[in-house]
Amino acid sequence: MRVNLTRIIIFGFIFFCLSIFWLGLKKDQTYDTRNLIGNKINEFSIPSLDETNSFSEQYFLNNKFTIVNFFASWCAPCRDEHKYLVELSKNGAHIVGVSFKDKKSNTLDFLNQLGNPYKFIAADNDGKASISFGIYGIPESIIINRESVVVKKIIGPINQEIFKEILNIIK
Amino acid sequence: MKSKIIFFILAFFIFSSIHANENIKVNDIFKNLRCLVCQGQSIADSNSDFASTVKLVVEDQIKQGKSEKEIYSFLISKYGEWIVYKPSFDTKNFFLWILPYLVLVSGGIILYVLLRKKPKL
Repeated sequence: MRVNLTRIIIFGFIFFCLSIFWLGLKKDQTYDTRNLIGNKINEFSIPSLDETNSFSEQYFLNNKFTIVNFFASWCAPCRDEHKYLVELSKNGAHIVGVSFKDKKSNTLDFLNQLGNPYKFIAADNDGKASISFGIYGIPESIIINRESVVVKKIIGPINQEIFKEILNIIK
Repeated sequence: MKSKIIFFILAFFIFSSIHANENIKVNDIFKNLRCLVCQGQSIADSNSDFASTVKLVVEDQIKQGKSEKEIYSFLISKYGEWIVYKPSFDTKNFFLWILPYLVLVSGGIILYVLLRKKPKL
């Protein structure tokens, strides 16, 4: 009887460990913040690039959807995605650009060179405001509705496929 | 004069010990936060751009008088529970916290039962 009990315990333990390993291996280990869709973005205030105004959650009330794009002149993928932002803007998208840890002159040069798709440009000089948006690398774009709720989060540069997805959402 | 010197020395030690405690608390928070863009490093260990930004935000929130729990819940709401090394004790993580103790207690009970039944030589 004692032998049986010991065997059950040992086999049970082995089975338990294998199940944990199996579940661990099956789990997707790629981390991103896309699963935070549905969260509200509030309690933030970012000064505008010209320091005359500020960007806060009140801004979202004015549009059905607002695309908040975090970019910088020093970020190469930001240059790649910029043409899609310009195109989105031509299609009626309301885009707010947040210049991330960048010099004002460099940001203006960047926009003069590639075009300005932004209705409002904010400057997150120390990067602290980006934390309120769950940003951990740029470029990142977030589509936010009138209720300040995240509808879609794009991590990395916008490409043709994502461009079409965004158009479908905002139309 | 002597009493004044003693007073200043005491005040200095009390002030530095309070300041040291504050620093320890900030470092403890940094150590419990995962650097999301690094390989197995905490915010305390990393000099990455992301880690330095999170450090600034945490320091700001401490200055605003927010508690450790409030800081963690703010960051969890932005980055998910993955950002903290120590998962919160709630219904979702109940078994994660309780299982080691459960295994320890049941193991102890099993050992006790098996040893008690062992015939004496």
